[in-house]
Amino acid sequence: MPQLIAVPRETAAGEKRVATVPEVVEKLIKLGFRVAVQSGAGDAANFADDTYRAAGAEIVGDVWSSADIVFKVRAPSMAEVQLMRPGSALVSFIWPAQNPELMQALAQRKATVLAMDSVPRISRAQKLDALSSMANIAGYRAVIEAAHHFGRFFTGQITAAGKVPPAKVFIIGAGVAGLAAIGTASGLGAIVRANDTRPEVADQIKSLGGEFVPVEYVEEGAGVGGYAKVMSEGFQKAQAAVFAKQAKEVDVIITTALIPGKPAPKLISAEMVRSMKPGSVIVDLAAEQGGNCELTEPGQVVVKHGVTIIGYTDLPSRLARQSSTLYATNLLRLAEELCKTKDGVINVNMDDEVIRGTTVIKDGAVTWPPPPPKLSAALPKPAAPKPAVPAAKGHGAAGAPASAKSTAIVFLVAAVLFWFIGANAPAAFIEHFTVFVLACFVGYMVIWNVTPALHTPLMSVTNAISSIIAIGALVQVAPPIGDSAGRPTTWIVGLAVVSIALVAINMFGGFAVTQRMLQMFRK
Amino acid sequence: MISPTLSTVAYVGATILFILSLGGLSSPESSRRGNLYGMIGMTLAVLATVFGPNVTTGGLAWILGAMVLGAAIGLYAARVVRMTQMPELVALMHSLVGLAAVLIGYANYIDPAATGHLQGAEKTIHELEIYVGVLIGAVTFSGSLIAFGKLSAKISGKPVLIPARHWINLAGLLVVIYFGGVFIHTHAVAEGMMPLVVMTVVALLFGIHMVMAIGGADMPVVISMLNSYSGWAAAATGFMLSNDLLIVTGALVGSSGAILSYIMCRAMNRNFIAVIAGGFGTAGGAPAAAGAQPAGEVHPISAAETAELLRAAKNVIIVPGYGMAVAQAQHTVYEMTKQLREHGVNVRFGIHPVAGRMPGHMNVLLAEAKVPYDIVMEMDEINPDFPDTDVAMVIGANDIVNPAAQEDPTSPIAGMPVLEVWKAKTSIVMKRSMASGYAGIDNPLFYKDNNRMLFGDAKKMLDEVLVAQKA
Repeated sequence: MPQLIAVPRETAAGEKRVATVPEVVEKLIKLGFRVAVQSGAGDAANFADDTYRAAGAEIVGDVWSSADIVFKVRAPSMAEVQLMRPGSALVSFIWPAQNPELMQALAQRKATVLAMDSVPRISRAQKLDALSSMANIAGYRAVIEAAHHFGRFFTGQITAAGKVPPAKVFIIGAGVAGLAAIGTASGLGAIVRANDTRPEVADQIKSLGGEFVPVEYVEEGAGVGGYAKVMSEGFQKAQAAVFAKQAKEVDVIITTALIPGKPAPKLISAEMVRSMKPGSVIVDLAAEQGGNCELTEPGQVVVKHGVTIIGYTDLPSRLARQSSTLYATNLLRLAEELCKTKDGVINVNMDDEVIRGTTVIKDGAVTWPPPPPKLSAALPKPAAPKPAVPAAKGHGAAGAPASAKSTAIVFLVAAVLFWFIGANAPAAFIEHFTVFVLACFVGYMVIWNVTPALHTPLMSVTNAISSIIAIGALVQVAPPIGDSAGRPTTWIVGLAVVSIALVAINMFGGFAVTQRMLQMFRK
Repeated sequence: MISPTLSTVAYVGATILFILSLGGLSSPESSRRGNLYGMIGMTLAVLATVFGPNVTTGGLAWILGAMVLGAAIGLYAARVVRMTQMPELVALMHSLVGLAAVLIGYANYIDPAATGHLQGAEKTIHELEIYVGVLIGAVTFSGSLIAFGKLSAKISGKPVLIPARHWINLAGLLVVIYFGGVFIHTHAVAEGMMPLVVMTVVALLFGIHMVMAIGGADMPVVISMLNSYSGWAAAATGFMLSNDLLIVTGALVGSSGAILSYIMCRAMNRNFIAVIAGGFGTAGGAPAAAGAQPAGEVHPISAAETAELLRAAKNVIIVPGYGMAVAQAQHTVYEMTKQLREHGVNVRFGIHPVAGRMPGHMNVLLAEAKVPYDIVMEMDEINPDFPDTDVAMVIGANDIVNPAAQEDPTSPIAGMPVLEVWKAKTSIVMKRSMASGYAGIDNPLFYKDNNRMLFGDAKKMLDEVLVAQKA
């Protein structure tokens, strides 16, 4: 029996998003599910009931009573939790750390809850990373809001009516939202500067047309999973100085600095706001977590000291059609992960790292927080050990030094071997043996310097050089011996001449083909 | 006629030239001179021998005749060989050295002038040297012939695994050791012939068996290993003839091949012993494939769309594989690269150490197509750049771009360093079909959301892309 995915209307005030869109409904049905959408659920995002119906969904008045799986955007209210069928599943934003009572209530309903805010930050899970999709939209919308409240053009122009300087935008925090804001603002023609505590994002900032403003203070800023972490006092002081200087110069500041599980850091002081030019705009994307600016009022637009401070907490919802589409696709990807058999029944496989991380309650038992992710895929630290054997460079270094134990064993074996040879072999052999061992070492040292691009020519030239074996045959053809009685001369000469011919093929062919290859290498 | 001391000094000169020759290959600029050093060294060594104290004038005609014949064949082969056939040619040439080592060993054994005067431990050691020289030569010979067959597709590239193959090899080794004991205790040449011939046959069979059991993807290791063997064979011959030049040169070539094998093994994160023991992906592959079947759908793309994607990109990385060599597509690839670079697209190549069928195979093909080598990068150099890359284009490669190596610890190739093409904004894989690579495992890359598949023969599809690009 295929399970029923139900999509209720969002009840939070001002929430315009909806958890699925008609396009995605079709694909969910292809996975084997049945889909029910509450009447009017998509109205605020401009998705009419009819379009859902056309895509194959049932339109119902009450979705909670029959649902096997509920898809939602915002965390459910306590009233909604009471509507849930015991044992059913819920997929939505939950924020388990901030909402302990909600978690408790959900656990009492014996529900299985997957939190879209708890998707682990690993490469495989990127397609269901709803936080990133929403942050992307928030970053875009932040610039649009700023432009709306800013009294000038963003782009610089020289017109018959005078010269317009380009707006200067300073963006704090180059996460997904920050990067989206950088791209949008530079697309509008503004001069964009950005700062982040993680120096490795400098290239990403540049790639989107921004200029990286560094804080000259040495401290590693990347925490677990590619998120930022709390910085030391010394760093914060240096950072404040940089921000104060920027505040005097720029027209728009967009702050996106968040640290997981902590209130947003206060980065823009009242003093800095006062120093800004009249008519400037601050958009505080961290408003919901208390704000990066001291004067932010969450959910409000206020004007202080002549500066407009925008503290909207619902930026994705203000682009409801777009954010609903992206969120619905994230949920679809999650549904695919949950239902690999495509039979319309979900399997919450706790051995799967992604599903394990996302699931915060399983059949009424709280499973949050999950064990830490195995590797940071979003922003691997440069110093992080590679999962594979460290691939040493093909040239320059003869690999990493071996462990003391294995070195000792090798030396021991070599010593025994050398002793054995030294004790038994005649003097003439020892001479040759010395030469042989030394030559092996010379070869070892020389070959490590060969660049990998030339490995094929190296092989063909060493192959040509191994034709030196011809000497062995040459000395057999006509050695200076007086008495050749009893010597099977015909045989020896025959074998030697054949050998010489064979080796000559190798000798001439090998060098010639190497030459031909090397001729082709050019800058 | 030159004196023995002069001849020895000439040998020393030749040795130095050989070392300089290998040293010259450290960069493309100095490599041509390196090859020249090798040629001079070889000429010096041969002349010093031919006109030295160990060859009387009676043999000159024979030597000249044999040399001219061999040279003609060798030069002809070097001229007509196509760059895609390099691995075959190199394998074939290794077999010649192996065969020569066998013949020289036999000739030395039946020559009373070489063995007659030796007594006691010296005689034992000398016979041991002959025995070992012939052994290595025979393994090199038959192994290289099979490698040649596999590379030129005259023999199937699939590993041939006979049951209890390790026991058969062990039995062969014991037979060889036993007859070695018999051989050094014989007193007359006729007596010793039997154990020597038996050992040669066992060694030949061992060489065949060893390479038959190794899969096509491991060929770079095999080729460099055989390269190493041909060096050891020359060194063993040097011991037999008490000739230091042979010993030194053999040791140089031997250690060079050994290091190359090691580098190749590390590039595949495989144990050298495991490669030689053969049978890749047969033991661990089956259950893993069943456990982690990548789910999802593949997104095909047309040549025109590919051209559009490439034109809109800023950074492009091309990852060539054996498929490009098979389709002879390297010239078209460069034509496309030139076009894109003229439009300001930053096109570079990422080369995996084991791409193709011999070490450095891809570099040679790209060089043949006149791709400048400073835009051809090694895996370690280019891997960090994939996240900033707009389009990563994979041409006829599979296992070397398989994300399972990093993401799926149960995969048979887990831990193998791979080119991280999936981190690019879009990756395009050109392939003839959805068939798996040599490792015989599915590639989750094909199912990634940012991956597109361009099905068809690499050359044909690239031609179409090129046409669309010009339009």
